[in-house]
Amino acid sequence: MLYFSKLRILFITLFSVLFILIASSNLFKFDDNFFDKKINLGLDLQGGSYLLLEIDNEPVIEQKLQNLTTTIRNYFKEKNIKINNIKIENQNIFFNVIENDKQSILDVFQDENSDLNPYYPRFKSHQLEIEDTGLNFKVNFSRQGLIKLKTSSQDQAIEIVRRRVDEVGTNEPNILKRGNNRILVELPGLDDPMRIKSLLGKTANLTFRFVTNDENDRFGVDKLKFENGIEEATVSKRIIISGENLLDAQPKMDTQTNQTIVSFTLDRVGAKRFGKATSTGIGKQLAIVLDGKIISAPVVRDTIASGSGQISGGFTFQTATDLALLLRSGALPAPLEIIEERTVGPDLGQDSINAGMIALAIGFMLVIIFMFVKYKIFGLITNVTLIVNLFILLGVLTLFEATLTLPGIAGIILTVGMAVDANVLIFERIKEELKDESSNILAFDGGYTKSRTAILDANITTLLAAIILFFMGSGPVKGFAVTLGVGIFTTLFSVYFIARLFTSIYVARNKNKENLI
Amino acid sequence: MIAFNKYYNHFNLLSSILIVVSLLLLIFKGLNFGIDFKGGTLIELRASDSKINVSSLRDRFNQMDLGDISVKKFGNDTDFLIKFENKDNKKNIIEEIKTNLDKSFGNNYDFRRVENVGPKVSAELLKSGVIAISLSLALMLIYIWIRFEWQFSFGAILALFHDVIVTLGVFSLFSLEINLSIIAAVLTIVGYSMNDTVVIFDRVRENLRKYSDIKIFELTNISINETLSRTIITSTTTLLALFAIYFFGGEILKGFSLAMILGVVFGTYSSIYIANTILVRLRVSQKTVLREEEDKK
Repeated sequence: MLYFSKLRILFITLFSVLFILIASSNLFKFDDNFFDKKINLGLDLQGGSYLLLEIDNEPVIEQKLQNLTTTIRNYFKEKNIKINNIKIENQNIFFNVIENDKQSILDVFQDENSDLNPYYPRFKSHQLEIEDTGLNFKVNFSRQGLIKLKTSSQDQAIEIVRRRVDEVGTNEPNILKRGNNRILVELPGLDDPMRIKSLLGKTANLTFRFVTNDENDRFGVDKLKFENGIEEATVSKRIIISGENLLDAQPKMDTQTNQTIVSFTLDRVGAKRFGKATSTGIGKQLAIVLDGKIISAPVVRDTIASGSGQISGGFTFQTATDLALLLRSGALPAPLEIIEERTVGPDLGQDSINAGMIALAIGFMLVIIFMFVKYKIFGLITNVTLIVNLFILLGVLTLFEATLTLPGIAGIILTVGMAVDANVLIFERIKEELKDESSNILAFDGGYTKSRTAILDANITTLLAAIILFFMGSGPVKGFAVTLGVGIFTTLFSVYFIARLFTSIYVARNKNKENLI
Repeated sequence: MIAFNKYYNHFNLLSSILIVVSLLLLIFKGLNFGIDFKGGTLIELRASDSKINVSSLRDRFNQMDLGDISVKKFGNDTDFLIKFENKDNKKNIIEEIKTNLDKSFGNNYDFRRVENVGPKVSAELLKSGVIAISLSLALMLIYIWIRFEWQFSFGAILALFHDVIVTLGVFSLFSLEINLSIIAAVLTIVGYSMNDTVVIFDRVRENLRKYSDIKIFELTNISINETLSRTIITSTTTLLALFAIYFFGGEILKGFSLAMILGVVFGTYSSIYIANTILVRLRVSQKTVLREEEDKK
């Protein structure tokens, strides 16, 4: 216990110096890549916005089922099977057939090579489930089918969210999937997330459709409101062009009318369709519909074959910019809802850093003074160990570029308070050993060996709590778990290597001293 | 040597009363859940105009029909904390509030922090909080069951329950807010209290092996005394750190550090007066430790 080989001393010194260097890279700039790392500040310390978005998949499911009814009807029509009374209710498709066709329906749905009902061999599951009661069938998405659908709409949505956030130009946004229907957006340094929130809150589903007076339009009609919420128009369900056909959209100033407009360019398919529609529809009103509301419904005066056009609708420059941005980034597959928001202004973040640092400094001083008064020379050893421990802890956090939060700072302060425990257990044990043991060296040895289980127990219990917190906790609280957990390892290192090194040097020099502690 | 064992019965009675009262408080008064667990909106506002105070803010917010509203000073005279349930879960509520406040206060105020937790998320957070605490208790139980004989495990777990329930009881009594950081505090308390108990138990077991003729009643007292200076020093340094957080760490960490301070105090007390008395009541003797060791061989 007493003996430290030169190699070991070298290793301990190098290790400590390395982490102290890494930790100090938070303060100085190093030219070297390895050392130039920084602890990330959490949103609660640097200010910023945390948004948790949930994808509302209901409309997507509804739409898919809608499409499926058509597919099913056409598919079996080719096979001369008549599907009767097909309808959608509560996300189920219901239909019935005649007795002779029953088995062939079931066969198609349960065929592993069926192109109507794809089979996922990995999950041993079809996309759709079919149930029959007599001649009535109920078809709905299987569990796997729903999961596939959700993950695919999540994949699309996260792409669109990323584009929109990038277009606004915040620094280093963090956009992550959560579960299969949520998206987490972290926006450091953004203290007013209103614009992003309103941008993310829009599906941006754009369609160009003719206004019609014919209620019995071949494609069906929608009664839609204008943006102002007052006027209404009947619009055909036939889509001339949609947002997908847009290549670009930009806000512009119309020099003739002095209005802000959004000008757009169409892709080839879009340009062709737009040209055709404008040539046949001269004199008709073409409604520009965004998310179920009519932005404007200009009268077609000329054939537009150039594949570019403009949208006017009483925009301000800001609303035109945002609309152009939304159109450029594309439509979300489903509406998003912000189900959790946490925003911290930068000055509160700075206040929190200051308060945390002051608390750390004061807590540290109090503990150091207390330990010195209580243990004198051994207190000094503990204190040096504590300081090195703090640096190593910061060094480890820096090395992994961990995120430091306000509760994380609390975790560091708490580590300072609890780190003395191991040293105290050892010193108290040495004291006890000295009562029956005349040799200082043997007492020192006994103190270390006999306190080991208690120290291990103590740290494992705290570590267990930290691990649970890390996996269950969210955001700032996770930062607390990280510092508390890392603190346990650095504490054990500094107690068993650094403090023991100092203690052994001291004991070896005072072999025969009475009242060692 | 301090005769801790003289008061075993007194303090057992006190602890029983504390636990019963805490449970009654938890059942009938309940906990004051913050928006993390109840859902709703929180705004921390800093004012630069003395016209803005608790009552003028409350007036303004009451006119907006947001459901239950609470307006409080937060730390100093210019900071306020406003919470409301946002019952209709309105989307652009913050924007609306800003426009509304601008009318009366101009731009003499600033939102320093805005938190908005939807009902779905708050339900999930509550659930995961409860799971986290239960899981940590279960893990501690398994850990101590592996390390010690069942009598010890029983004592340690009872001490843990005592600490968690009484700490929550105090929070209920004073209607202190339960938020995510309190869950973190409770978990840390669980770890700390366990740690404290295990250190004494380690000594009890060691002494049980050493002395065959000392009764457990005396033996626990010896063990408590032998580990006493460690208990005092560690809890003192931990409390020093926690008081530093409480007084200087800013308003946000106040609840967290208070819960931890309570937990450390109850944890230290319960290691001595609950965990050990259970050993006495279960008549642990040298045989308990030796038999177990033979079984393990």
